[in-house]
Amino acid sequence: MTALTERQQLAYANAQAADGRVNLEFETDEGMTLNMGPQHPATHGTLRIVVKLDGEEVISCEPIMGYMHRGYEKLTEVRTYPQVTTLINRIDWLGSFANEVPFILAAEKLMDIEAPPRAQWIRTVLFELSRIANISLFVGDMALHIGAISAAFYAFRDREYVLNQIEAATGGRFHPNFDRIGGLKDDLPKGWIADTKATMEKIRDFCDEMETLVEGNEIFQARTRGIGVIPADVALAYGLSGANLRASGVDWDLRRDEPVGLAWNECDWNVITHPDGDSFARFWVRLQEIRESTKIVDQLLDGLPAGPIMAKVPRIIKVPEGEAWVATENPLGEMGYYVVSKGDLGPFRVKIRTASFNNVAVIPWVTRGVYVPDVVTILASLYFILGDIDR
Amino acid sequence: MSAPIFGIELSYWQETVLRSVGILAAVLLPAGTFVYLFLFKMVSFMQSRLGPMEAGPFGSMQLLAEVGKFLQKEDIVPERADRKLFKLAPYLVVSTVLLVYLAVPFGPEMTFVTNFDGGIFYVLAVSSISALGVLLAGWSSANKYSLIGGLRAAGQLIAYELPMVLAVIGVVIQAGTLNMQGIVMAQADGSIFGFDGIGNPFLLTQIIAFVIFMIAVQAELGQTPFDMPIAESELVTGYITEYSGLRFLLFFIGEFASAGAFAAVAATLFLGGWAVPSAWADLDSAIFNLLGPIIMLTKMMILGGLIFFVRFTFPRFREDQLQKLAWTVLIPISLANILVTTILKVVF
Amino acid sequence: MEETPEAPQVDEARQALVDKLAEELGDAVVEHHIRPGDDVWVRVTRDAWRTAGLVVRDHLNFRYFEFLSAIDWLPNPYGKNEDAPTDPRPEPNTEIVTGYAGGDTRFQVFARVHSLTQKLGLNLKVDLPDDDLSLTTWLPVFAGVNWHEREVHEMFGITFAGHPYLQNLYLPGEFEGHPLRKDFPLLARFVKPWPGIVDVEPMPASDDEAEAETEEAAE
Repeated sequence: MTALTERQQLAYANAQAADGRVNLEFETDEGMTLNMGPQHPATHGTLRIVVKLDGEEVISCEPIMGYMHRGYEKLTEVRTYPQVTTLINRIDWLGSFANEVPFILAAEKLMDIEAPPRAQWIRTVLFELSRIANISLFVGDMALHIGAISAAFYAFRDREYVLNQIEAATGGRFHPNFDRIGGLKDDLPKGWIADTKATMEKIRDFCDEMETLVEGNEIFQARTRGIGVIPADVALAYGLSGANLRASGVDWDLRRDEPVGLAWNECDWNVITHPDGDSFARFWVRLQEIRESTKIVDQLLDGLPAGPIMAKVPRIIKVPEGEAWVATENPLGEMGYYVVSKGDLGPFRVKIRTASFNNVAVIPWVTRGVYVPDVVTILASLYFILGDIDR
Repeated sequence: MSAPIFGIELSYWQETVLRSVGILAAVLLPAGTFVYLFLFKMVSFMQSRLGPMEAGPFGSMQLLAEVGKFLQKEDIVPERADRKLFKLAPYLVVSTVLLVYLAVPFGPEMTFVTNFDGGIFYVLAVSSISALGVLLAGWSSANKYSLIGGLRAAGQLIAYELPMVLAVIGVVIQAGTLNMQGIVMAQADGSIFGFDGIGNPFLLTQIIAFVIFMIAVQAELGQTPFDMPIAESELVTGYITEYSGLRFLLFFIGEFASAGAFAAVAATLFLGGWAVPSAWADLDSAIFNLLGPIIMLTKMMILGGLIFFVRFTFPRFREDQLQKLAWTVLIPISLANILVTTILKVVF
Repeated sequence: MEETPEAPQVDEARQALVDKLAEELGDAVVEHHIRPGDDVWVRVTRDAWRTAGLVVRDHLNFRYFEFLSAIDWLPNPYGKNEDAPTDPRPEPNTEIVTGYAGGDTRFQVFARVHSLTQKLGLNLKVDLPDDDLSLTTWLPVFAGVNWHEREVHEMFGITFAGHPYLQNLYLPGEFEGHPLRKDFPLLARFVKPWPGIVDVEPMPASDDEAEAETEEAAE
């Protein structure tokens, strides 16, 4: 042992505590503090959750984030509109194409441009492919956190097919940067439609597999049913969105209820809700949503209109003065951009409303009195992505 | 003092050396095979990937490479850890495994302790020492994750001792002896309701006890669905978190060697151990000193495969659900099993 | 100052919403702007911020909380940070021009709420005077506004009276300054000049010329 004096040892221990590393102070009245993260297998990235425990029961749970804060809102102020598109791809890095769409739509709204129908339909198809890619990962990932490690591999394997399709069309698996103000960068490659339809078959098989392997497993159900129940009014007050809201019984889907010009109302699909509001409901809703997405993609690819994929847009894009808000039903939830423009080449202020920010805000409320394993289950079922929280 | 082995008279010290080397081989070889076959290859195929392929043909030397890697790592003891207990814990776990193997017969004369009347009683008693090792590891690591893992392990391991013991009692009642060699012989020589074509494997007559025993073994090994003490997605690696290098290797090998040990015990108790039914072959011949270990290894592989197949498929139970399963489901069923076995034994 | 909607399009639902809000809050509703078929902005006075929230949530049934944020209307004194470090810095424009339903102060807090039953969204804005950047918290109205107010506090320096825990959300504890204010420089651009300067090709003289150019390129 090093020859530290008592005082030095105490100072060192305090420095450790200040640093946030794990320390061994038993605060018996407030409970034991356990730091889950920033590096931890259970959090999708660098999220630090400070949990105060009484044995294995959680007294309080506070997420601390900002480890991935990249200052997007400040950065958008010094970029032009096409450059901002490159930037915002990286907010929700699993839902590749879906990040760009609301921003482009907001700019198009201010410029009063409407993209041609073919572009809107292809945008919708790529949007739904991003959703499938994102949520299949969730399905495998939640099983992984509950302990069934093999399911994650199946998710990654089957997701590769979808990412291959996105890459074939846009050139990028994770950050396609394909959407342009007024349309899309390129048209679809030859044979893409048939390949994508075959991929949708594989995804449907994947859904069936996950239902038998994970959802039907009694241990999985014992671990997720009744855990982390979020009632509908709490969900609304916190601004939860996406599957989290629908799993609490609220019948709200922006694709159907707030149409933004994309082609969702051109096809026939259902909005999935579940009355329970527990972790199982959130898992179930997302699994069914993958199926619905495959239906949407199939129908859209069948009826894809011909035509140009880019509207008449000036080469140097200057968006007229105004403010616009567009939100879409992204894979993680509701993502919206509030664009303030002053007629410049770039935006004046962009407020990025991300789904995970509100989804994670509910964690202190929902983890009161649960056990430590349930904290992991709840985190997994709320499904956030660090880039989405931290921007 | 010692019976001749293969007709060769050996002095006491020679035989002791042979037996010591033998037990090390008996522990490490199955452990290594388990690791390669199940952890590297079977799980990889289950997860639609290939597993290690570089080290040696089809990755067979991977374990050797990993051993080499662990041996050359820095010896880290956390600053606030209790050094003596921290260093002692892995040895406790590994020595338990060696002690368990001691009582398992691998052939008519291939036993490490000749005519061990304590047999299964000794095995059950000694196997709970590893719980001490786990608790020591968790507590002395000065790490809250390890602490939680150690506490969970303590509760779990103690809770699942009971179903294991009660399941074994059913077998003992049917065999009529605690001696492991005797249990093997009872299965080989016995008959089911007069039909002795396949002997009397307790797998068939004590099927409930078999299921309970395998569940309890899964919990004693700390494998999913009972891997709360490790619970990788919550506790990083639970009570093993602070261990690295040789000590981690000891835990790692200990885990797979325990799996082998319990598989061997289960094979002895339920599948007939090293023997085949006596209707098929003459069990006293010396050839069984060679065939016995091979048969035993095969049966160990089957049961080990079952243990690891379940490990890589199922999610994990929460601690309270785990305890509830043990106390309210497994123990009553095993008690009922004992009752039924006793009645049937007396009647028939 | 009321902006009249375009003559052929009158958004009845939104107009009715604004009327009801004006009825409930009276003088607190200072201004509004409706983009027909799209969106509505309402600016309220500072004192009525919380009352407006409660009215909007309870009486008008806007129960879904989207976000709360702020806008700093000062034009960026550093320009676009696209000039080479050796160029003379352009004259900063200090004229504050606020957007829809805006006043003439530099800082404006705005929140958006949504009604799932009427399928309408509502932007609520409030102006803050430069010398007193504080506002009552919306915590009793929507529980989810907790983190949004913390973020606005650390990014703009606006305090929310009544918020129990106004600590930094993203930035480390010892961070000085409020990054999203326009006078807080984007340090990366000062350290290294921006390589992606857009004005590589000359700007078109007029919009007609640009359209003619794109038409040629399309053919």
